[in-house]
Amino acid sequence: MITVDHVTKQYTIGTVQARYGTLRDAVPNVMRAMTRRFRAGAASRRTVINALNDVSFRVRAGEAVGIIGRNGAGKSTLLKVLGRITQPTRGAIDLYGRVGSLLEVGTGFHPELSGRENVVLSGAILGMRRAEILRQFDAIVAFAEVERFIDTPVKFYSSGMYMRLAFAVAAHLQPEILLIDEVLAVGDSNFQKRCLGKMEEFRSIGRTVLFVSHNMASVVRLCQRVILMQDGAVVADGPADQVTRRYLQSGTGSPAERVWPDVAGAPGDGIARLHAVRIRDERGRIAPTIDIRKSFDVEVEYWALQTGTRPTVSIHFVNEEGITLLVSNDFNNRVWWRTPRGPGLVRCTCRLPGNFLAEGQLFIAAAVCSYNPDLVHALEYDVVSFQIVDRSEGDGVRGEYAGNWPGVVRPMLEWHVEPIPTAVAVFTTSDDVLS
Amino acid sequence: MNLPATSPQQPATSEIHIAIRSTRPQLSAELRELWEHRELFYFLAWRDIKVRYKQTVLGIAWAVLQPAMTMIVFTLFFGKLARVPSDGVAYPLFAYAGILPWTLMAAGVGASSGSVVGSPNLITKVYFPRMIIPGAAVLSGLVDFLIAAVGLALLMARYGGHVSWTLVGLVPVVGLILLLAAGVGGFLAAVNVKYRDVRYIVPFFMQLWMFATPVIYSASLVPARWRVFLALNPMASYIEAFRAVCFGRPLDWAGLGLSTLVTFAMVAVAVRAFRTVEQTFADYI
Repeated sequence: MITVDHVTKQYTIGTVQARYGTLRDAVPNVMRAMTRRFRAGAASRRTVINALNDVSFRVRAGEAVGIIGRNGAGKSTLLKVLGRITQPTRGAIDLYGRVGSLLEVGTGFHPELSGRENVVLSGAILGMRRAEILRQFDAIVAFAEVERFIDTPVKFYSSGMYMRLAFAVAAHLQPEILLIDEVLAVGDSNFQKRCLGKMEEFRSIGRTVLFVSHNMASVVRLCQRVILMQDGAVVADGPADQVTRRYLQSGTGSPAERVWPDVAGAPGDGIARLHAVRIRDERGRIAPTIDIRKSFDVEVEYWALQTGTRPTVSIHFVNEEGITLLVSNDFNNRVWWRTPRGPGLVRCTCRLPGNFLAEGQLFIAAAVCSYNPDLVHALEYDVVSFQIVDRSEGDGVRGEYAGNWPGVVRPMLEWHVEPIPTAVAVFTTSDDVLS
Repeated sequence: MNLPATSPQQPATSEIHIAIRSTRPQLSAELRELWEHRELFYFLAWRDIKVRYKQTVLGIAWAVLQPAMTMIVFTLFFGKLARVPSDGVAYPLFAYAGILPWTLMAAGVGASSGSVVGSPNLITKVYFPRMIIPGAAVLSGLVDFLIAAVGLALLMARYGGHVSWTLVGLVPVVGLILLLAAGVGGFLAAVNVKYRDVRYIVPFFMQLWMFATPVIYSASLVPARWRVFLALNPMASYIEAFRAVCFGRPLDWAGLGLSTLVTFAMVAVAVRAFRTVEQTFADYI
């Protein structure tokens, strides 16, 4: 069981940006602090931000709770406070049970050490006893499927192998409360599926899971209950489908449009900031449902804040299983490719043809990047979402077949059908055989 | 799919209760937690040792080669050229019996003072009592010390050290040196998180400290009226005690007692300083 009671976590912006001070800075700071004491009542000039603002909730044992929210909403800070990595400024938290926090894959791994050594080391750092690690060792290695390379330094592992081994250790931690942050954002889809499976299994035996994710599909699949955070506070807490829908609709009321009205609050940096992302159907209307046969547009608007830069927009199409179906970038437009964007708003529209993507819920992640040097100015997951529906009546890809039609794309491809002139004798022989 | 057989050992409605507050946890609670995580001292020290000699041709032999080479240099310059008196013991043995405990201490302080800032991947991602980090860094020097002690055994055999059961007396001396290194290193590690000046101060500070410690010279060289100050430097007593045991000479119990007090005071100061800032490590690293 977890109880979180009026928890606030403050950061002083100056401290966060300066990263660390030097003694030379400290001396004047001490002096200033002393003079401030004399001039009592003088307001402090440092800006304090509330990464968590009076957060309260309870999680019962055996519950799986998802935590969602936009970038900077305080999700990760919450997990860090729960995982005792950083201390709350105010409030109290009580955790009943052994806590395992999985804030990254491969905590405590050392590249120079072998797989075997890393399993032991990482297990110990994550809180397992030596005897426990040794007992579970074979199971961990089997789950990771790295038996052959267990004595090779992990720096020679492929990223997939590394990920599998690291997750395997964490999966065998057997804590009563598991805190997970975005672990599923990495690794291939097969690996993600296994992680999800492991977490479901975990929940089914009565353990408590707190899961921070950008991936709505896995949140809905794993958690019955979802907490939505915004600006460090809990804004919704309830059944998974309701809260995720609210999240996707936040802003404009339509999941197919998202607008950041002012530059200061928009995601991005000093070069480019997102302004709006919209899904428009073939007639130009903002539409959360798209007919599979019709083309549609994804429209991204951003502020180019400097002259002479060449930010480009890229959009990622992610399906309900968290699989990225495709990524497209506006540099495919060869005219704009090398043209610097002046300061001001830029609209980039990508046309998707009809009869291309399969039916289902799709989520768009939008990014503004520059290449050479490669910079990500803004990156927002699940900005908009929309549904592709197959209402075809014999004129679609599936023809008149109404059953399940698998595949992530459903393109109308060209088929050529023709009878092959064959000697009649073939049929007679087979007839003979059959009779 | 190859799911491991999960032992459905239902977590007994756990007695474990973790209370997270905005105030500093009690010292007793922290010490209990330190004890619960004691295995981690061993694992982190083991990692440091494993990694230290990776991709070296001579491997762990460096642990004995380093003090041996220092001993040769000191013997040439201080023993042969400057003719520094060595209390009637052959200078190579005299020097090695000082370099060995000094290296244990200096390596411990060096490794532990940078240990916390050197582990951002642990501190920002997983919780365990942070004091383990500098503690394990000091402990990892012990293995090097034990290997280098082989050199001491050889020199004692060659130059006639005092080989007897009294050598057991080295164990508490080594223990005190480790404690002192943990105290000084732990304090510096805590300060280092916010003030990275520590990185530049430590080498210089260690050099000064070495000259203030009878490593290359004998404490008997120090004029009597300055001895008091020497006694305030615990390392001086420990190295003198280390030599006294190796050479079969009487121990200066009063000096040793005072140094032990200074050492425990240092550890107390370090624990206090560490606890004041350890909650904010993740915010500064």
